[in-house]
Amino acid sequence: MSDAETTSASGRELWKSLAQRENPDPFEEFVRREYPSQIHKFMDPPERREFLKLMGASLALAGVSASCTRQPKETILPYAKSPESTIPGKPLYFATSMPWSRGAIGILVESHEGRPTKIEGNPDHPASLGATDAITQAAILGLYDPDRSKAIKYRGAIRTWDDFLTTLKQAMTAQAAKQGAGLRILTDTVTSRTLLLQLRDLLGEYPAAKWHQWDPVNRDSARDAFQDRAACQYHFDKADLVISLGADFLGEGPESTRATRDFVRKRKAGAASSPSNRLYVVEVEPTRTGAMADHRMPLKPSQFEAFADALLGYDHSLPSELEPWIATIRKELAAHPGRAIVIPGECQSSFVHYAADRLNRYFDNMGKTVELVEAVEWESVDESGSLADLVADLNKGAVDLLVILGTNPVLTAPADLDFARALDRKEGAPLRVHLSLHEDETSDLCDWHVNEAHFLEAWSDARAADGTSGIVQPLIAPLYGGKSSHEIVAAVQNKAGVSGHDLVRETWQHRHAGPDFEAWWRRSLHDGVIPHTASVTRSAPSAGPLLPDIGPSDQLELVFRPDPTIWDGRFANNGWLQELPKPITKLTWDNTAQVSPATAARLGVENEDVVELELDGRKVRAPIWIVPGQADETVVVHLGYGRTKAGRVGNGAGFNAYALRTTKAMWSASGLKVTKTGDKQKLSCTQEHDNMEGREPVRVATIDRFRKEPGLFRAHEGHEKEGGASLHAPHAKGDYSWGMVIDLNACTACGACVAACQAENNSPIVGREEVRRGREMHWIRVDRYFEGEPSHPEVHHQPVPCMHCENAPCELVCPVGATTHSDEGLNEMAYNRCVGTRYCSNNCPYKVRRFNFFLFQDFETEVTKLQRNPDVSVRSRGVMEKCTYCVQRIQETRIHAEKEGRKIADGEMRTACQQVCPAEAIVFGDIADPKSAVAKQKSDPRNYGLLEELNTRPRTTYLAKLKNPNPELLDGTGEHEGKSR
Amino acid sequence: MSQVFHPSTNTLSKVTIFGGVFFLGAVAWAANEIFRAPWITEVNVAREQPVPFSHKHHVQGLGIDCRFCHTGVEDSSFAGIPATKTCMGCHSQVWKDAPVLEPVRESWRTDRSIEWTRVHDLADFVYFDHSIHVSKGVGCESCHGRVDEMPLTWREHSLNMEWCLACHRDPAAQLRPRDEVFTMGWDPEKQASPVSQRELGEELAREYHVKKLTNCSTCHR
Repeated sequence: MSDAETTSASGRELWKSLAQRENPDPFEEFVRREYPSQIHKFMDPPERREFLKLMGASLALAGVSASCTRQPKETILPYAKSPESTIPGKPLYFATSMPWSRGAIGILVESHEGRPTKIEGNPDHPASLGATDAITQAAILGLYDPDRSKAIKYRGAIRTWDDFLTTLKQAMTAQAAKQGAGLRILTDTVTSRTLLLQLRDLLGEYPAAKWHQWDPVNRDSARDAFQDRAACQYHFDKADLVISLGADFLGEGPESTRATRDFVRKRKAGAASSPSNRLYVVEVEPTRTGAMADHRMPLKPSQFEAFADALLGYDHSLPSELEPWIATIRKELAAHPGRAIVIPGECQSSFVHYAADRLNRYFDNMGKTVELVEAVEWESVDESGSLADLVADLNKGAVDLLVILGTNPVLTAPADLDFARALDRKEGAPLRVHLSLHEDETSDLCDWHVNEAHFLEAWSDARAADGTSGIVQPLIAPLYGGKSSHEIVAAVQNKAGVSGHDLVRETWQHRHAGPDFEAWWRRSLHDGVIPHTASVTRSAPSAGPLLPDIGPSDQLELVFRPDPTIWDGRFANNGWLQELPKPITKLTWDNTAQVSPATAARLGVENEDVVELELDGRKVRAPIWIVPGQADETVVVHLGYGRTKAGRVGNGAGFNAYALRTTKAMWSASGLKVTKTGDKQKLSCTQEHDNMEGREPVRVATIDRFRKEPGLFRAHEGHEKEGGASLHAPHAKGDYSWGMVIDLNACTACGACVAACQAENNSPIVGREEVRRGREMHWIRVDRYFEGEPSHPEVHHQPVPCMHCENAPCELVCPVGATTHSDEGLNEMAYNRCVGTRYCSNNCPYKVRRFNFFLFQDFETEVTKLQRNPDVSVRSRGVMEKCTYCVQRIQETRIHAEKEGRKIADGEMRTACQQVCPAEAIVFGDIADPKSAVAKQKSDPRNYGLLEELNTRPRTTYLAKLKNPNPELLDGTGEHEGKSR
Repeated sequence: MSQVFHPSTNTLSKVTIFGGVFFLGAVAWAANEIFRAPWITEVNVAREQPVPFSHKHHVQGLGIDCRFCHTGVEDSSFAGIPATKTCMGCHSQVWKDAPVLEPVRESWRTDRSIEWTRVHDLADFVYFDHSIHVSKGVGCESCHGRVDEMPLTWREHSLNMEWCLACHRDPAAQLRPRDEVFTMGWDPEKQASPVSQRELGEELAREYHVKKLTNCSTCHR
């Protein structure tokens, strides 16, 4: 590939991967084969259904002659007694909340005849506003996980609930005599009011008992920066200036959904007329937040405290390229009093939190863009300290009965505590009870394992990050008779007969006493939000003064991060999340030791080299992945992988980074040693294929330049306008002309669209090996481009669904007419006509078509069938498929409107990707209606079509990305942004 | 030199070649017949059911409206099969000890469904919606035939794609006023002011905004 190809028309250098940039030849060969590699061997472990498939295939062939077209007999099973308000064939939606230790997210769950199939955001819930993140989308698959624990077990043997209660009662009788001195309860961070009250009640009854909380991704350091259980709440919609000190607030955790909505709304307003917000990010590895930044600087973890202290006005020796930053940021903060936010990352030290708090107070942001509110957890404890106490007690033999609710400490506890040893079945060990969704690493070492009810199966309540509580109501009776934490605690209190429903109801009856409780309760259930429960502002003093701990920063540093898709490991057995490409690396199915290009060169390692990471004598083997834009001399590892008891999907994926994590260094540590082992480990990355060959697929400019030259993004426009010259016959025009616009200024690459599409359209997962061959089945992908120097590139994201070209190249080459054009502009697939020639995919310039090379769909596992959307065909082997613009939703909306004798209103029809998008980056509608939102966006000067020079006339177009850099920093050193503009 | 082939070979080869054409034609014809025959389409084949339910008795004899049992037909894609509770509404009083109704009573006692055999069974990749057809003036009878004359229920039409498309290409041939959708045996030419189906259908198509819908995604998703 020559320079001319990698450099685009405007002279910007765009590249997708280091391999392509530095050594184009093998890369080009890889790209030329559209679906690289042949059928070497069939499957890897996640595709365990192979044997059955072959058996099924031969049976089917045997049956061909006998019954090729006669339909099998089918039965209809009507209800015996029809449930209230159910109309078979029409889904119902129920409001509930997905509990998460850092704050719940309110959701609406679609239910088909009692079978939950799809999660949507709850527009009335403050943490959702109608959107969700990718993890919440995938939670529905967690419900139907075939590896979920299905029974109560005592040391591996199946027991009944009554057996368990008998044992528990005996143990509790012994405890009653000594006021519970030997009773320990270990939970996740508790955000459920009901569970809090239950535990308080229990501790009142047994005053000597102890309750410990442990969550591997906790907010211990933020907690230490404030007194009085306070936490910061940020209002990005009011902030013109955001300074992120290592905070991935647009990407990490359940609170990112709301933050994204607020931040992007402000940014979009800036693209129109009012001043845009400006985002400065210092961070270790490039994150989704860093990719949105106007100025981004990689920084080693050990330098954060010095950087924060320098912002406070103290002198520190910082890397030279940071010098202009300190002055500029301070100047900017002073220029935006009350309109700025300094946000520290949850993983940052207490001092960074303290410094950010000082800056927010000093520059008058406190009470305006930043508020101090009650923390989301009901009882704030130092969680690593809490767990350490428990381990000490266990080792002393002071514990007689340990009840672990939900959490998996054997996997997640810091390595120095050696929780597994403390829990081991040795002489004098306590009775250990573990409640969990899977028989996981902890269950294995416990006496009793109780199968937990999924949050879609049980009653509870949960608190959002802003304090708003919502009722968690079950959508379905427990599939395997699972129990909730509430029921276990009730059993400990010898109240086993009380149902979860009664416990939750009782909690709120206390809160809302009065004759109208029933109506109030029903309204709260219906809305999914309990009114007037949001945290109120409080004026907590900061814990300070703290002093920075400036250590040497010349060593190799190790950084721990929660994984962007499987979080702390609890979602490891979720195939959708395993196969969802990580936002920056585009890796699937594995975690890696991420290093910067310079550090890789110094260490002499390449991608996929297996190295040994050694920290304080603890060793782990990990494959290398080189990440442009990461701070030099750092190694970033993601938690949650390397599980041994996750299930068929999660077992054996990646390495266990918890093995290096200690209570001293929860998020970063220095003194890491990296040794090459000489081994290679193949990684599955979606980055290298579907390349777009330096044609400037993402168009970017600064706001200033765009204001001066509004026509700048239309430079490529030629004959490809509608009505222009074309060899194609014009298509008939229907009632609507569907089209989509994706705003690249808004997209944060959260991946929620990919997960939502997978849930809505019954897309299968394909497994690690098949991803490596480029056979992933996502109908929408998020492409990631780098621009500029590998040490410090800008990152651009671009979601790519089917473009629904008006002159669609795929339609012309289909020999069987399986892909056709509708009069509303949809490029349609009739799966039953497809014979699998793959000509269409060959001829698609966007590479958005997906082919079922194998029977990727799981037709054998009964329980996963319950998740499928009944409105979309489940595709089999040998069939091409692709984005349909959610045609099932179009038809449903059309039928609804036609029955009312009207046209579909603008905004009434939303695609799955559009509905879930926290950034509102996707707009869909009738482009023929000039008043529609999508038509207005199509007339925006930023609107452009991908590869529009091919005259495909895509119906999906993009709004160019605008950046709002500070001109002062552009002239300075260390910044490359001004290079091409 | 003697000829390798006997002169009769000429005739034989002609017969073979032309005969082959006719043979292929015959195979095509036979296949066509078989695919449209009741053996495949199950047209006019009464299906065995756990209870020999007679639409004729309930509709023609008792005058019960379609919607009394098929409650979803105006709201949902699925017209709905009545819950056992609907049956028991009458049959806890009427014929309450009839042996033939034992499966109904059993379902009521055990809260388990009656397993009816599907009569109108579209392929799983076809997404049909009852409610929109009803609201656009397509009578039950147009697809299901004279259900009021069926002692046991059978399929009146093949439900082949060509049959669906015939109407989707020319809806006017089947439309009737909305308030006659559930009437059995309705005929526009036998009304007080007779009108031809063509004339009425075209007028109704305009009034109800009925279009020719032949995009693949209308039915296949």
